[in-house]
Amino acid sequence: MKAHLTRRYRFSASHRLHSPEMSADENRGTYGKCNNPHGHGHNYALEVTVSGPVDPATGMVCNLVDLDGFVEREVLSRFHVTNLNMLQEFAKLVPTTENLSIEIFEILQRGFLLAHLERVRLEETMMNSFEYAGGNEPRR
Amino acid sequence: MVYLTRKAEFAASHYYHNPDFTPEENRRIFGKCNNPNGHGHNYTLEVTVKGEVDPRSGFVVDLKQLKEVMHHEVLDAMDHRFLNKEVPEFFTRIPTTENLAIAVWQRLQTKLQKAQLHRVRVYETPDLFVDFYGEQ
Repeated sequence: MKAHLTRRYRFSASHRLHSPEMSADENRGTYGKCNNPHGHGHNYALEVTVSGPVDPATGMVCNLVDLDGFVEREVLSRFHVTNLNMLQEFAKLVPTTENLSIEIFEILQRGFLLAHLERVRLEETMMNSFEYAGGNEPRR
Repeated sequence: MVYLTRKAEFAASHYYHNPDFTPEENRRIFGKCNNPNGHGHNYTLEVTVKGEVDPRSGFVVDLKQLKEVMHHEVLDAMDHRFLNKEVPEFFTRIPTTENLAIAVWQRLQTKLQKAQLHRVRVYETPDLFVDFYGEQ
């Protein structure tokens, strides 16, 4: 039987929303406070959903130790307590939470092969959250 | 189609062990969860049903009936229990959150009148939950 498993993680990072393709006025108009040149930070909450058949021998979709290890190594240690604008991933990409969700989804899709990746959900604050399911409609 | 979700909480203990594995395999695969004395969680259960709104009552489902079925079928059986030893499904299946979501679905499915079960979500902790949609 197929089940969906969701695990929640936390990390903190700073960013500045600024596009080199826009004028200074346009950047301020588009990004508002988020365009402050010195940046600002968030406590992000990340939800990773994977799915697959429940293994009758273990009762698991995948071993959480493996998922936690992968996310810790490939996602949290890469982004936690960093300035996102300084990272290679965002050298040409504005580090909005939309783009960060897509980036994290792609890291997981490339490297975590022990279950099917369904979706990534990223909370930037308690008021804003973003979901990306690789272009598919996230399951409700 | 309208979706309606009812929440409930229960507390239970469990441990993970497969008698077909060696003690070393059990410890390696299940880690701390293999402690035979068990450990516990405060589980949160979310049951989502779907259906058309009845024009007379304005309901998708009688919430009172849903609540009673959840109490009778799930909470009475699982709240303040050692799942491995007191809930028949887990005499042979490992009481992981995945299997718990499946067991809740199977217990509710035949008992719900009118409304169609859409999703069972079981939170083992606020940071870990499983969704089951009745898929084989």
